[in-house]
Amino acid sequence: MPVTQILQTRNVTMRYGSHVAVDDISFDVAEGDLLGIVGPNGAGKSTLFRAILGLQPYDGTIELFGYGPDRYGSLIPLVGYVPQRIQFEPNFPATVYDVVSMGIISNKRIARGEKLIRQRGYHWNRVYGKIGKTEDKIAEALKMAGLESLRDRRIGELSEGEQQRVFIAKSLVKDPMLLILDEPVTGVDVESQTRFYNVIKRINEENGITMVWSSHDLDAINKYASRVACMNRKLFFHGDKDQFFADEDLLKTYTESTMQMHMHDHRV
Amino acid sequence: MVIEVLAHGFMQKALIAGIAVAVVCSFMGIFLVLRRYALFGDGMAHVAFGGISIGLVLGVFPLWTAFAASILGGLGLQKLRNSTKISGDAAVAVVLVSGLAVGVLLVSASGGFSVDLFSFLFGSILLISTEDVMLIVAISAGIVGTLLALHRQFLHLTFNEEQARVAGLNVTLLNYAFVVLAAVTVVTSMRLVGILLISALIVIPNISAIMLGKGFKKTVGISILFSVLSVVAGILLSYYFDLAPSGTIVLVAVAILLAVLAAKSAGLVHGRRAQVARSTP
Repeated sequence: MPVTQILQTRNVTMRYGSHVAVDDISFDVAEGDLLGIVGPNGAGKSTLFRAILGLQPYDGTIELFGYGPDRYGSLIPLVGYVPQRIQFEPNFPATVYDVVSMGIISNKRIARGEKLIRQRGYHWNRVYGKIGKTEDKIAEALKMAGLESLRDRRIGELSEGEQQRVFIAKSLVKDPMLLILDEPVTGVDVESQTRFYNVIKRINEENGITMVWSSHDLDAINKYASRVACMNRKLFFHGDKDQFFADEDLLKTYTESTMQMHMHDHRV
Repeated sequence: MVIEVLAHGFMQKALIAGIAVAVVCSFMGIFLVLRRYALFGDGMAHVAFGGISIGLVLGVFPLWTAFAASILGGLGLQKLRNSTKISGDAAVAVVLVSGLAVGVLLVSASGGFSVDLFSFLFGSILLISTEDVMLIVAISAGIVGTLLALHRQFLHLTFNEEQARVAGLNVTLLNYAFVVLAAVTVVTSMRLVGILLISALIVIPNISAIMLGKGFKKTVGISILFSVLSVVAGILLSYYFDLAPSGTIVLVAVAILLAVLAAKSAGLVHGRRAQVARSTP
């Protein structure tokens, strides 16, 4: 029977010295999910994402497409990642087109990843892969992220919301099967946030890209996610969105812990 | 009048080698400037000074020992940055002074500065041989070819190293390839402006171009144009006014930078709103 879990984490624990940042977390992400991860600041969401991407060591097991980290080199082209902010030289001489083109992966590397996942029963629905020319692939990704009019603008001239959409397009152009978004619209104005959310919803529904998305915004999670995971170092809930929002005790605990964290942050 | 100048064999050789060096310094330099490795050229050139001194003392062709010293210095610098918490500029300073110290020690032990050493320190573009020109052009072509093949990866690495890693690029290997290419660029270019002024050719045309160019390709094109213009004008001016070519080339590059700055402040060039991106958590 083919595996349908794109991502599996089992008993993942991460420490900074004696501080436990992620404590024994296990969850699965199935193909086509739009999983919203909620948790207060310092809950370990970004740290967990870094482990999933192979950027930080951890205890426990993480499998992408049924493979461990030893195959990440071949599988990482199938994963897109947009962090909260990407730090770059403010006057970097690159247009939106240039930045999106950085996401292009060579056919050789695509073939390597595709071969591996086929062995696990996955089919890589390569939306842009069917497009021959690199320029056309980039044009499609720009269209999907609503960036056609900004194509020739320098990246540093754009607003934060526009920049985040550029990074989404950069992730899309490599045809990811899994897109990891780490609080992608923090500090972005409401109008840009709505545009951004509509883009990711459309990508999930039209392109069938599985997504893991962390956010503080419960309303947005309620509106756009299909499943929810709630964590504060430990995982408190993982399941259907409606089930999460119907559980008043859980919501109350989440809101209180977020408030406490918020007050603590301000005291510090 | 210019045609008359070009009839001289030494001027032909100087211009051919100069243009090759201008192109390679600009192309490599854009990555160095954007990665905040602006002083890397200076560091490698000082290490090359140590290498040249070793060559002169041992009686080996000094350019080969300079290449060896700079490549080793570049790799050492990268290792120092990766395995310790020493920041980039401090690491450059450590490597720079170490190379210089070796050079000074060997020069003093061998009885002082020779003409050869002076030519490396201050450049000697008008004195280079046909073999030197062929070597400079061949190595420059090799570097430009490699940069063309790897420019997308280097651009990603320069834009954001973590994003390059997540895109599956072998960042460690690319970083080593980058410092080796940069070290070879510096040593190849030393004959034009000398060890002491090499940074100028790597940095100044790129600063001017970054203020004008929009996309990456256009910026590289403008930088190469400014660099070639500086070298050609510098060599010709130095001939007519009997000036040191290296200093003249650098001052032409500085004049272009000042002109771009003036045009920008006068509103003749579209100003850019610099956006300070917040740090990645």
